[in-house]
Amino acid sequence: MEALDGNSAIAEAIKQIEPDVVVSYPQSPSILILEAIALFIANGEMDSEFLNVESDYSAMSTCIGVASSGGRVFTATASQGLALMHEALFIASSLRLPIVIGVTNRTLAAPINFNADHSDSMAQRDSGWIQIFSENSQEAYDNIIQAFKIAENKDVRTPVMVGIDSVVTSNLCENIHIQKNEEILEFENKSNPTYSVLDIENPKTVGSLCASDYFFEHKMNQNNGIENSRKVIKNVGKEFGDRFNRYYGYFETYELEDAEYAVILMSSSAGTAKKAVDEMRKRGEKVGLLKLRVFRPFPYKELRESLSNLKSIAVLDRVLTPGTYGGPLFIETMAALYNLDKRPLVYPYIYGLGGRDITLKHIENIFDDMKMAFDNGKGIPEIKYINLRE
Amino acid sequence: MIEILIHGRGGQGGVKASLSLASAAAKSGKYVQSFPEFGVERRGAPVKAFNRISDEPIVIRSKIYNPDHVVVLDHTLIQSINITEGLKKGGWIIINTNKKPGDFKEFCKNYKVATINAKEIALRNRLGSRAAPIVNTAILGAVIKVLKVSDKESLAIAIKEFVPVKREENVKAAYEAYDEVIFEGEA
Repeated sequence: MEALDGNSAIAEAIKQIEPDVVVSYPQSPSILILEAIALFIANGEMDSEFLNVESDYSAMSTCIGVASSGGRVFTATASQGLALMHEALFIASSLRLPIVIGVTNRTLAAPINFNADHSDSMAQRDSGWIQIFSENSQEAYDNIIQAFKIAENKDVRTPVMVGIDSVVTSNLCENIHIQKNEEILEFENKSNPTYSVLDIENPKTVGSLCASDYFFEHKMNQNNGIENSRKVIKNVGKEFGDRFNRYYGYFETYELEDAEYAVILMSSSAGTAKKAVDEMRKRGEKVGLLKLRVFRPFPYKELRESLSNLKSIAVLDRVLTPGTYGGPLFIETMAALYNLDKRPLVYPYIYGLGGRDITLKHIENIFDDMKMAFDNGKGIPEIKYINLRE
Repeated sequence: MIEILIHGRGGQGGVKASLSLASAAAKSGKYVQSFPEFGVERRGAPVKAFNRISDEPIVIRSKIYNPDHVVVLDHTLIQSINITEGLKKGGWIIINTNKKPGDFKEFCKNYKVATINAKEIALRNRLGSRAAPIVNTAILGAVIKVLKVSDKESLAIAIKEFVPVKREENVKAAYEAYDEVIFEGEA
């Protein structure tokens, strides 16, 4: 079996997909994705054009240019780099450009820190991009391969960012199954681009002015794209599973069927949480977990179905959104459940900022803590912070 | 599942050693993890790298606080940090040193000690200089001999993958360490 870290897993997927252009500006640790791709190109193992640009903002602008010309394009970034792309991200999604980027989810300064949390992607949650999060190297590889197919679907035409946790996934080497090149090419089955600004026979205007007479309709067209992606994400995940025996949906449930208490979280910590669930199940405790894979579009209907019968839920956000009642995952989960007649109690937790570790013991404590709070009767759950010095 | 902590100094190749060990174990059919502690990288400062090796898929992703075994790339670390912190009783301590296991009386009560003169082996194979010998490949030969987490052939392939230059010399150093490591008892 092969062993690859998350960065290399993404690079391997890009090598097989071979986009027309790969755009590069170095951020830590996503630069290792781009370094690996540069090496593949230099060694003649892949045939993409590699463009070094002078900032992350230029990187996203270049992606917009390539995609407008009908080319497949990829870049990778992290943290401040994604923050610098912010304005251009909205342009990319509004212009319905099927760009795919890899994000090594790293915290935002200050203070400067290279480790994992979801501050960077969460700050882009309203940018109109599809956001997919990966637990490990295998999911990073699989999600990148599915991302192009989702983004380029003619009913979707929406850019996708695939997240992996900085260091804990990007720099953690583990077993992975890499599909054969021809399997990936067959799966991708690249369709012709909808249009190209370089096609002088069929001139197009991209990114023009639009006053109040039609702006709203344009925005709703954009919204239709990401709404349509719900079905496409599901179908692509199933097709991927049928071909390669690794199935994907909006989220993964683990021991949730008969559970009374559950945690919801995203990305790498889900692995540790699964182990904690195993340990607690051995002691006869009815606990389970839900790992959200697709944060945008937010699968509120499906979450409602999966969570409505639980007694209570702890939502673990790996981001601090100062001044809010819980993190984005908590707020969205609450909104999804609120209109139900019978709904679980939902507790907000914040963990793992700047790479702060979360262990088996911490997850077990969250379950114990939530059960105790539930048994002690209702009341407004206060935000709790995991593994934080008093 | 066994958990291994590699102690080294920045620039010594502890992370590469951890990666090569994971790759070697994966090639011999094991499930593996290898990851660094990502802090402030400074040449010469104490750094850690971690390995998990198992017959079952590994889902846990927290750091390792209670390793089964530790590997010490630089014996001078023993004076500056507590290399046995969290180490499980009866675990192996594999040290790059010119001393013998019996010389580490302070560790022999609770742990098992294996020693390997990786510096001498590195210099013999012209890997690095006397001031900065490349010991990270040599010590892996000792690690797989003592801990039996992989085999020599898989290790050779892994080293060739991760080492950019002097591939044959690095493999030879690992093989020599495999034969020269001093230890008593079973892993």
